Amino acid sequence: MPNYNWPPMDQRQQMGKRQSRLDGIEKATGRARYSSDLNRPGMLFAVMLTSPYAHARVRSIDTSAAQKLAGVTGIRTIVKAGDEVNWVSQEIAIVAATSEQIARDAVRLIQVDYEVLPHVVKEENLAKAGNRARPAGEQVTGDPDKAFKEADVISEGQYGIPVLTHCCLESHGQVIEWRGDTIYFYPSTQNVSGIGPDLAKNLEVPATQVKVHMDHVGGGFGSKFPSDRWGIECARLSKESGGRPLKLFLDRATELSIAGNRPSAFAKIKVAAKRDGTITGWESTSWATGGMSGGGMPPIPYVMTNIPNRRLNHSAVQTNGGPLRAWRAPNHPQASFLTCAAVEDLAAKLGMDPLEVFAKNVQWAPEARRETYLHQFKKAAELSEWSKRWHRRGDSGPGTVKRGMGVGICTWGGAGHLSNCKATIHPDGSVEIELGSQDLGTGTRTVITQVAAETLGLPLDAIKVKIGDNSYPPSNASGGSTTVGGVSSSTRIATSNALEKLFEKVAPAWNTTADKLEAAGGKIQVKGDSSKSLTWAAASKKMGVQSITEMGQNDPKNPRGLNTQGVCGVQIADVSVDVETGVVKMNRLVAVQDCGLVINPKLAEGQVAGACIMSICGALMEERIMDAATGRVLNPEMEFYKLAGIGDIGEILVHMDIRPEMDSRGVIGLGEPPTIGGIAAIANAVANAIGVRVPVVPLTPDRVLAALEEKRSA
Amino acid sequence: MQAFEYASPTTVKEAVDMLSSKWGEVDILAGGTDLISLMKEYLHTPRRVVNLKGIKELGGIQKTGGGLRIGATVTLDELAENSTARSEYQSLVRAALGVSSPQIRNMGTVGGDLCQRPRCWYFRQGFGILGQDKSGASLVVNGENRYHAIFPQPPAYFVSASSLGPALIALGAKVKIAGPSGSRELPVERLFVAPRDSSSREIALASNEILTEVIVPSARGVRNTTYEVRQKEALDWPLVSASVALRMKGSTVTNARVVLGHVGPTPVTAAEAEKALAGKALTQETATEAGKAAVAGARPLTGNTYKVQLARIAVQRALLEAVKLRG
Repeated sequence: MPNYNWPPMDQRQQMGKRQSRLDGIEKATGRARYSSDLNRPGMLFAVMLTSPYAHARVRSIDTSAAQKLAGVTGIRTIVKAGDEVNWVSQEIAIVAATSEQIARDAVRLIQVDYEVLPHVVKEENLAKAGNRARPAGEQVTGDPDKAFKEADVISEGQYGIPVLTHCCLESHGQVIEWRGDTIYFYPSTQNVSGIGPDLAKNLEVPATQVKVHMDHVGGGFGSKFPSDRWGIECARLSKESGGRPLKLFLDRATELSIAGNRPSAFAKIKVAAKRDGTITGWESTSWATGGMSGGGMPPIPYVMTNIPNRRLNHSAVQTNGGPLRAWRAPNHPQASFLTCAAVEDLAAKLGMDPLEVFAKNVQWAPEARRETYLHQFKKAAELSEWSKRWHRRGDSGPGTVKRGMGVGICTWGGAGHLSNCKATIHPDGSVEIELGSQDLGTGTRTVITQVAAETLGLPLDAIKVKIGDNSYPPSNASGGSTTVGGVSSSTRIATSNALEKLFEKVAPAWNTTADKLEAAGGKIQVKGDSSKSLTWAAASKKMGVQSITEMGQNDPKNPRGLNTQGVCGVQIADVSVDVETGVVKMNRLVAVQDCGLVINPKLAEGQVAGACIMSICGALMEERIMDAATGRVLNPEMEFYKLAGIGDIGEILVHMDIRPEMDSRGVIGLGEPPTIGGIAAIANAVANAIGVRVPVVPLTPDRVLAALEEKRSA
Repeated sequence: MQAFEYASPTTVKEAVDMLSSKWGEVDILAGGTDLISLMKEYLHTPRRVVNLKGIKELGGIQKTGGGLRIGATVTLDELAENSTARSEYQSLVRAALGVSSPQIRNMGTVGGDLCQRPRCWYFRQGFGILGQDKSGASLVVNGENRYHAIFPQPPAYFVSASSLGPALIALGAKVKIAGPSGSRELPVERLFVAPRDSSSREIALASNEILTEVIVPSARGVRNTTYEVRQKEALDWPLVSASVALRMKGSTVTNARVVLGHVGPTPVTAAEAEKALAGKALTQETATEAGKAAVAGARPLTGNTYKVQLARIAVQRALLEAVKLRG
């Protein structure tokens, strides 16, 4: 059996290299084709009619006028008379037509009579949530009452983080074509292998009938797993039109209203501590919403999960808003913000350096991670010039612009998912690697290529990687930072297996056995005997006319040491706040992040930098704004749903924690962890700068000025 | 977007003849940065769209009689790059650059900036220019009004979106308007009006008139600038802006114009601030006093009290910045 272990750190030829993404030029020049770029001959366009009300009962739907509009090829109603709709932009009907314009006009001709019902769309104030708040039951560990009674110091605060949307640049949707027995499905998805069976189940057809293809996806962040109502209805409309291809991608307003959101989290938190900063007790009352399902409790106290005495209460608040979907590190950015803000407030109350308080309380983190946090605190402090720049809260000198520093932390799993890879070596020496996986823009293609090239001793351009099609061996969906561990391991195994077969073809000529051979530098050779060597092409000819095809699987139950889980991460923000205008500017965000064996440091750093930008948006400007009276999302666009531009992000300094003891753990996913700690770090930096906690993010000028005003009048 | 007829005349007269005496029937297209989105949202459903970009006489920036004549279809980028504007009309250049995406500055026009519709989210969601529910009650007053007026003119609570308007008013500019019976001139402050009912418009043009040019008097010796408080550098609207124009004798202000943007349904002239400055030396202290005077009459809504402070600071900072400039 081949040795699947990763080659030692100092012997790698391709892995560990700062390789630019292989599809970078294609993407930068616009040649890359996203599913939303596809235009098929004879294609129809679909548009949905959605609810203008946050809560209503449909009395009747009349599509007759729309049916009569020239160019309309089909209409399907998604709800029927008597059904309730529970959020604005909920799907009501869908129209297919020969142009998008006709479909839009037709949608406006559909008459829907609604009985408008009362709605609740806001949750910031738990007292006002009434019976929409559903308490989950108290969780008590240890003796919190005693801990608070005996505490040297008690710090209290109230914190909030609002609902965000995924805001994918390429909205949700698909081109779909149900021709004869076959459904050709071109979605924008994180789930190339799984979305076909999902669609088939919804359409009640065998999964074998669905062919899925997608080359690139313009953002998913956890919101693009299912085939979705619009995908299912478009398939039916295509069939009803005699198999014409049909395109629907959500418009921006619908995308931001119903294609997923990150639940909010609000909490009143009380921390008991000793004078030296050791936390001895935690009490929190939290609440959250992500739509009709409410919102779960973020994992608080975060990282410091073993704080001995805890009392936790949580309520899920049901609101009439679009349904939540997984959002890059589900519930973790919320938990990190709530926890790190409470710890920073405790440090400020004690007059201590928060890094010291965090370091002291790392004792409550899982044992296996403690050393890593301490190492990363030190590294992040060094990179952010903490000892030079940090000051006590509010002690930021004269002038209207105050500078401050703050820290946030993260943790995540990131074990590799179930992934199958097929590696084929052809007699002409060409190599194909096939996986039913997807590249979310993270560099999955590039990383697979590096692993295959490493294993086969070939240059990158000798490897043809094929992903994004469900005719390739299935890989699980890309969610939860599971892809890199899964695909790197399955690729390693498949290519090792294929290489073993090639060795078996070549070995007899040298009177040796496969286990005595190695592939390196584009050659197959006997280990330690350079006189017995063939070029890759010459060796491949030994196959005759038969290609070698081998499979490899990453089995999450037995990852063979190739991948594992469990990371830390520390972020430190350096901000400037204009205390006259409340405007916050980023100076620098430092991110120190481990993810085990780093296959491509350049792509890893890019992944972390992107996550930092998401954190800056979430900390300073991004929020879904709901209107109490109308139940509408008031900012379902890119104007008042504010996101950072280049001028708003300051310097982002990423340090990948690459050390032998990290590398030896194997590959770990990186998608989620760097999105987690940034909001906490920035919010804490602002508190440090202006001398008072701004309780709710994003830290917009109105909130910053209100906090300053409260401080003045206190 | 509703289907429409498209016309691209080559003279102003032709263009005027293509307009309608009723609002809503015909729309004028210049840069299209606002109109296209209004049409896509079915907020405007014209049967005809008249493109002005083919009318040569509407372009260009010329010096005239000591002042500046700016054609209505001059883009914001052209204005910001114009050498006379850069040397003499800092407040216009700053305001134009505050339209914070190069794409919009490249397409958007001076006339369009003045005639664009408000960004009020209730208006943009189809609740009318006044943002009212079916009973006629304001959704703004008890709703989400963080970006709305602190100088409302009930029933209008939106803010004028114009970036150039406050600067042009402070500089004493006029607009030239062409209509069926010839052309007329109007001071820029009278171009902006607060609608009294949901069928009125927020500019004093008739539906069959075209804003053809802006005439800005000489600003030689007038220290002028615009200060915007903005949350983001990237694509975003200012939270408030202040445009100032100061005539000075030595360090003494002989005449001050102070106009606030994004605080009311029209740009708001801060007459109290102007009075407070006249005859005084411009110092940190007098600038601060002028800032306070500028917002003395503010009547913020439930969620935008912070804008009062922003307006006060914007005035103060604009004045201190202007005084540093060459007169």
